[in-house]
Amino acid sequence: MKTEGKVFRYQDNVDTDVIIPARYLNTSNAQELAAHCMEDIDKEFVHNVQNGDIIVAGWNFGCGSSREHAPLVIKTCGVGCVIAKSFARIFYRNAINIGLAILECPEAVDEINANDEISVNFDTGEIINKTTGKEYRSQPFPPFIQNIIKGGGLLASLKESEDTNE
Amino acid sequence: MAMTMTQKILAHHAGVDKVVPGQLINAKLDIVLGNDITTPVAINEFKKSGFNSVFDKDRIAIVLDHFVPNKDIKAAEQSKACREFACEHCVSHFYDVGKMGIEHALLPEQGIVTAGDCIIGADSHTCTYGAIGAFSTGVGSTDMAAGMATGMAWFKVPSAIRFELTGKLPENCSGKDVILTIIGMIGVDGALYKSMEFTGEGIKTLSMDDRLCICNMAIEAGAKNGIFPVDEITMAYLNGRAKREPVIYEADPDAEYEKTIVIDLSKIVPTVSCPHLPENTRPAKELSDIKIDQVVIGSCTNGRMEDMKAAYEILNGKKVADGVRCIIIPATMQIMKDCIEKGYATAFIDAGAVFSTPTCGPCLGGYMGILAEGERCISTTNRNFVGRMGHTKSEVYLASPKTAATSALTGYITAPAED
Repeated sequence: MKTEGKVFRYQDNVDTDVIIPARYLNTSNAQELAAHCMEDIDKEFVHNVQNGDIIVAGWNFGCGSSREHAPLVIKTCGVGCVIAKSFARIFYRNAINIGLAILECPEAVDEINANDEISVNFDTGEIINKTTGKEYRSQPFPPFIQNIIKGGGLLASLKESEDTNE
Repeated sequence: MAMTMTQKILAHHAGVDKVVPGQLINAKLDIVLGNDITTPVAINEFKKSGFNSVFDKDRIAIVLDHFVPNKDIKAAEQSKACREFACEHCVSHFYDVGKMGIEHALLPEQGIVTAGDCIIGADSHTCTYGAIGAFSTGVGSTDMAAGMATGMAWFKVPSAIRFELTGKLPENCSGKDVILTIIGMIGVDGALYKSMEFTGEGIKTLSMDDRLCICNMAIEAGAKNGIFPVDEITMAYLNGRAKREPVIYEADPDAEYEKTIVIDLSKIVPTVSCPHLPENTRPAKELSDIKIDQVVIGSCTNGRMEDMKAAYEILNGKKVADGVRCIIIPATMQIMKDCIEKGYATAFIDAGAVFSTPTCGPCLGGYMGILAEGERCISTTNRNFVGRMGHTKSEVYLASPKTAATSALTGYITAPAED
């Protein structure tokens, strides 16, 4: 799995309330929700984001609420991958469960700027900044988690194993 | 290898003798929880994946608490979806308007969760039940759907930070001041992926409501869970309440912790988290020039009986300052009823506050107290992120019920009296 695109750069502690404000959570329609992605910190995001673009942020990305709507709206906007120094644990779990590609790579985050063009190989954890020519390698997921992702998310992989056992 | 209390609960539920930090396990769940925001997403996932039955109708709790009584048509549709699912699958612990409460106050109060449980909830503050000696953590809707279908969840076994509490809190402080102080000390990711295990002689001086409040905000330090050992206070709370037999787990004496932080409770002062992160803590007395427009006393963090009593003792016979809106929201119908019977409700209304049925409403900027541009609120809730309670240029200051109620009388952030 690979993605290539332009970088949207954010700081530490991007919380789920700014990713998708709770005032819109009276629906669970992903398209409707995605129109408000990041709007409380970056009103232009939804107008500028293209398929495959990459969010790069600091420590503790996705802190706060357990709302799965947060990784879901990012994915629905077409974001190909989120690279952060670290992720808040529920966001991390949710991203894996719904199949949003995420990578932890502090050194890449320090050197990547807004609007850089980067490519990410999610399977190997390789990140190439095409604007600066620099390459980075992040830790790939353990096999258990890779299987969830390859199985198309948590439920699809569970259903598959349930059907196999029957 | 010796284990922490959390590791022991996880090992038991995974059916193994030992677990080590970092190990991936599949654990059996005692309770799977969702609310009116997260359950509809879980229902969609559940159906989309072709599951047609829940693992155990008595082990699922669905609580409508965020936007009820419904604030608009869309919220009503979400509640309706939950109601229909609960009915179709005969979910025993379904709480609708009239008997609902804020989930993390309601589940312990109703005895649905008990000591030794392994619990997931599609709400980040599910970590609250660590106060009664359970392993309990917040997850997303897909995990909830998987939990409802299979009764299992995958976990990475956490390492732990031990908080050794000594001494006794001053009268003007509560559990909220303890957890705000800790978050200020270690930061919003200070316990990321880890357990926060509270131990020490000092815990004997903390009531169950204090402990529930402390564990509730473990997530605000990034933690996977917060947990207290089971003692006489826990057992007194669970007796006659818990619907299932409590199981007591104790940390091994030689369990390994990443670090131990000693907190002298007698040194805690009334503490406030300033915008826009819970770690931005300051002593309340240093913020006396901050003028406020609104006060909120309630939420899964501080909407329990002791919180209501603290507010009552300060507001009774007094008047909320001119220009301040004071909103008091008991967390469950039982707490609301107790407030009415004890005369708290009348005292609140006479003081010029409003008193509502249980809802998460204002805490997450849903309804029942949204802030306009430039407005400030002192709130007993748990988050003060940008736009959390309304306009992106509004501000939320997090504090205890005592500090919030005292501030309601003055119109400025005010530390409660020291005596």
